[in-house]
Amino acid sequence: MNVLDLARVRNRVERVPRRFLPVIATFLVFVLTFGTGAVRYDGFASPQVMTNLFVDNAFLIVLAVGMTFVILTGGIDLSVGAVAALSTMIAAATLEAGWPPLASVSAVLVSGTALGLLMGLVIHFFDVQPFIVTLAGMFLARGLCFLISVESVSITDPVFRTMATGTITPVEGVTLTYSVLIALAVVLVAVYVLHLTRFGRTVYAVGGSESSARLMGLPAGRVQVGVYAVSGFCSALGGLLFSLYMLSGYGLHAVGMELDVIAAVVIGGTLLTGGTGYVVGSVTGVLVLGTVQTLISFEGTLSSWWTKIVIGVLLLVFVIFQRLMMRRAT
Amino acid sequence: MTDSSAQSTDPVVDMRGITVDFPGVRALSGVDFRLLPGEVHALMGENGAGKSTLIKALTGVHRPTWGEILLHGEPVEFAVPAQAQNAGISTVYQEVNLCPNLSVAENILLGREPRRLGAIDGRACRARAAGLLERIGLSIDPGSALDSHPIAVQQLVAIARALAVDARVLVLDEPTSSLDTDEVAELFRIMRVLREEGVAILFVSHFLEQVYEIADRMTVLRNGSLVGEYLPERTDRLELVSLMLGRELGTLEDVERRSEERKPGTAPVLTASGLGRAGAIAPFDLEIHAGEVVGLAGLLGSGRTEMARLLFGADRADTGTLSTDGRAVRPRGPRSMIARGVALCSEDRKAEGLIADLTVRDNLVLALQAARGWMRPVPRRMADALVDEYIEMLDIRPADPGAVMSTLSGGNQQKVLLARWLVTRPRLLILDEPTRGIDVGAKAQIQKVVADLAADGMAVLFISAELEEVVRVSDRVVVLRDRRKTAELDGDGITVDDVMSAIAAHDEQGTAVAS
Amino acid sequence: MIRHRLFWPIVALVALLALNTAVNPSFLEIRFQDGHLYGSVVDILRNGAPTLLIAVGMTLVIATRGIDLSVGAIAAIAGAIACTWIVSGGGALTGMLLALCVCVLLGLWNGFLVSVLGIQPIIATLVLMTAGRGGAMLITEGQIITVDDPLYSRIGAGFLVLPIAILISLGVLLAVAALTRGTALGMLVESVGTNPRASRLAGVRSRTIVWTVYVFSGLCAGLAGLMISSNVNAADANSAGLWIEMDAILAVVIGGTLLAGGRYSLSGTLVGALVIQSLTTTVYSIGVPPNAILVFKAVVVIAVCLLQSPRTSALLRPRRRAGTTDPRTPEVTAA
Repeated sequence: MNVLDLARVRNRVERVPRRFLPVIATFLVFVLTFGTGAVRYDGFASPQVMTNLFVDNAFLIVLAVGMTFVILTGGIDLSVGAVAALSTMIAAATLEAGWPPLASVSAVLVSGTALGLLMGLVIHFFDVQPFIVTLAGMFLARGLCFLISVESVSITDPVFRTMATGTITPVEGVTLTYSVLIALAVVLVAVYVLHLTRFGRTVYAVGGSESSARLMGLPAGRVQVGVYAVSGFCSALGGLLFSLYMLSGYGLHAVGMELDVIAAVVIGGTLLTGGTGYVVGSVTGVLVLGTVQTLISFEGTLSSWWTKIVIGVLLLVFVIFQRLMMRRAT
Repeated sequence: MTDSSAQSTDPVVDMRGITVDFPGVRALSGVDFRLLPGEVHALMGENGAGKSTLIKALTGVHRPTWGEILLHGEPVEFAVPAQAQNAGISTVYQEVNLCPNLSVAENILLGREPRRLGAIDGRACRARAAGLLERIGLSIDPGSALDSHPIAVQQLVAIARALAVDARVLVLDEPTSSLDTDEVAELFRIMRVLREEGVAILFVSHFLEQVYEIADRMTVLRNGSLVGEYLPERTDRLELVSLMLGRELGTLEDVERRSEERKPGTAPVLTASGLGRAGAIAPFDLEIHAGEVVGLAGLLGSGRTEMARLLFGADRADTGTLSTDGRAVRPRGPRSMIARGVALCSEDRKAEGLIADLTVRDNLVLALQAARGWMRPVPRRMADALVDEYIEMLDIRPADPGAVMSTLSGGNQQKVLLARWLVTRPRLLILDEPTRGIDVGAKAQIQKVVADLAADGMAVLFISAELEEVVRVSDRVVVLRDRRKTAELDGDGITVDDVMSAIAAHDEQGTAVAS
Repeated sequence: MIRHRLFWPIVALVALLALNTAVNPSFLEIRFQDGHLYGSVVDILRNGAPTLLIAVGMTLVIATRGIDLSVGAIAAIAGAIACTWIVSGGGALTGMLLALCVCVLLGLWNGFLVSVLGIQPIIATLVLMTAGRGGAMLITEGQIITVDDPLYSRIGAGFLVLPIAILISLGVLLAVAALTRGTALGMLVESVGTNPRASRLAGVRSRTIVWTVYVFSGLCAGLAGLMISSNVNAADANSAGLWIEMDAILAVVIGGTLLAGGRYSLSGTLVGALVIQSLTTTVYSIGVPPNAILVFKAVVVIAVCLLQSPRTSALLRPRRRAGTTDPRTPEVTAA
């Protein structure tokens, strides 16, 4: 019994840091980068710069939420950027064809979810690696964009315009767009689903150990398919937000965004092997990327390609950090 | 379900004439098995006896070809494990089958969490988990992460999960194989509590001491058939071991041993002193001389493979020293030992031996090639000559060097793996269960090859679960029990009886659990 | 014959060529002019040369259960270094050597992350995929650097009866085939990819082997980058070699090398690269918008993957090989 009591005491001490360490580390990096900006540049530490992080990255947040689901099960989804681009295209094309906005939005969400579901089914039933299936999904979605239109299609629908330009001022000096509210709502729903529903807990269980999840009698297969549908939905919604941001549909929108999303999720402390990670971490990861971008634009003399290098270095640091943590754990 | 404990003489589980066929193999033939409420029933047998198959037939993993299963007197059929679980049969496996990344409470209740308004009720979850943990007397925080606990505690959490379904039958498949003495005591305490509550427990363990400590009854299986049901107090250890190994006591004949007298060389090929690794095998001393076959005997889980891996450098030793030909060596992986002429033919052919996609030729020259480095390929002519030589010598079939390894039968795969090491001309060859799961003809061939190799001056460490075989090929037999070297039998007249007595010997201060 | 693993890829290739000939009867014609060969087929080969080269390196990486996402970025870096060097007055040859040396270093870096630190290949190479393109931009300072060097432009656009790019790619392919099949390297690579644990116990230096294939992949990517840049006489850090890693992976997969590692087929990779390039040509010639070619690539990939999936063969031939499973499929072990 003494052994077990000791285990309990040690466990109390270790519990909080061990599970949240990666997220805490990400948050510290965020504070550090933001702090650097605040010290170096006047006007950096304003509430508006902070909110602009959300305004400019609302779509990225939504995509990162979907990707978090997939990576938590140990999978990967390379199609998110392309599906987002396809969504901007479908939205723009249907609106141009005179569809009511609601029908257009539904069409986007349904097609994105269906594409995700399809990829999930192929992965599950034919046992093909997620990497290659979602790579095909990425090609398919991008190609479909160009089948709809080779040119960029602008969005003139008044409802979309209002949604895009409308702002809310909750506090003096802070303006938010509707996109931010939608993105935050998605985050809240995702947290709810992941932590308070059986589906969400099974996502973690499958990522922790798929064979255990099966032996425990959990619907592992259904969850594996489900996360790709969730990711497809999030990509479609993220695409809608992106179409609000750009007010156009174009097949070359969001090129390479899947890499930014994966980087944000990994920097946010989600392990690519699955089972560990939090949506909040992924959001923080997006904010870190956003801050780096803002810093570089404030610096003025630095070229924008520094963003890529910094993201790469951050990714490296976090991956090595996670690796060391895992080594110590085993 | 409530009255089952009242009529305690009626079996909860009654399995009749269970036969399970796999493609080409009959894993279980006509086994009867019954489990009474409020008893701990040990299922005994060596590897391949059919224990796992019987358990899987009960828990819905395998479907019996023939036979019926009665649960509380009613015939049942389980297509998937979930059905068996819902019927009150819970299983805890040897490797903890939980999710290390989740909390204790979640692991206990995953899939059946209490919900309020559609959302998982975290507080109710923890309360229920706490209740279940309390029932088995485990005082840990239900909110803590599972992987923050030692394996032993995780194993107990798995039991708590099993109880969460209101299990009347608890199957414990080798739950103790990675636990230390204190932890086993804790597990047994919990098993006793559950027994008092009327839960029927099916217990599998390779540790005889533990079985005698906790079991009320024992069923012995051998080669997929039922040997019988026994009471521990009326069956002594020696008798049990002979039942498991299939030799009637007293009729054991002295198997013809290799008669040639061999003079062990002066310097041992390999010397281990105080070599050990926590959780794998207690520190041991061992010397192996050239031209000598040393047998390693012990029941499954007694540390045979662990010893072999330490000697080969596949695992790192915590304590002790190793030397070859009198020169000390600190192995930094198998390559260090291979360079010194040590070879290991692993017990797990599929995971650690064969390269399934490659040809027989490639598999056969792999170790030789690895030692030469990639720049100096084994010349095709030499490879062909070697392959032809060993295909003929070991009678490998098909005699086609280009055949893909995965298409060969188990016995032929084993011969290829043996040949892989023989072509490197090792000084010491460690064979871990080289004859398991292969047909009689191949078995005899491998035994003969071992004898010939030793005659040519090679040192061999021969590990096998079959005592007869060990006794037949060995000059000296080292006996392991409960991850400890307990005896070394030397000299001419070793018999299977001697080895069996050494395995079954009751160790006063050993791993028997003091309660 | 239907069981041969190159059966479906070759069927796809032949079908594509047939379709092209049907649309354009002069498709298969090859003209000999000024000592050079011209024709649609030669164009396919020439345009596919960089992809083929990268796919050759990728084949070995994938055979060890890895993947190299950074090849596109490395190709961009190679072009950037060579062009910047030439523009600043250096010789074309030294510039190219310098570029290749850097690419070898980048390959060493990838290999270090994968084989020593044990980071998953996808993420280890994602680091360089993201940062590498930024690095290339840094070298070119965000400009498209044009060069005018006759020696340099020959790599990608020159002819020696056939386009030099084809000769280089096929040369590398043959050299790799000779090296891996002539020495024990190929066998050891397959052994590490099929069963890393057994290979270690057999004494194979798996770390060195894994490291080597990433270095080689980096070198191939660098050479391909020089070809791409030389073909247009410019270094475009932003779009040179963009998505070429995806094309290369597709070529490897279509060629029958499993992403799960193990047996690899260089001839399969050659067929795969040709399928991809002919697909591109076909789509152009039948008048579909060029970018929509991605849809066709997606269809081909999915079709090939599904045809190669063990599940599909189990569905198609339920009786013939029941009970045999791929030894690599993880089984739910319960005992």
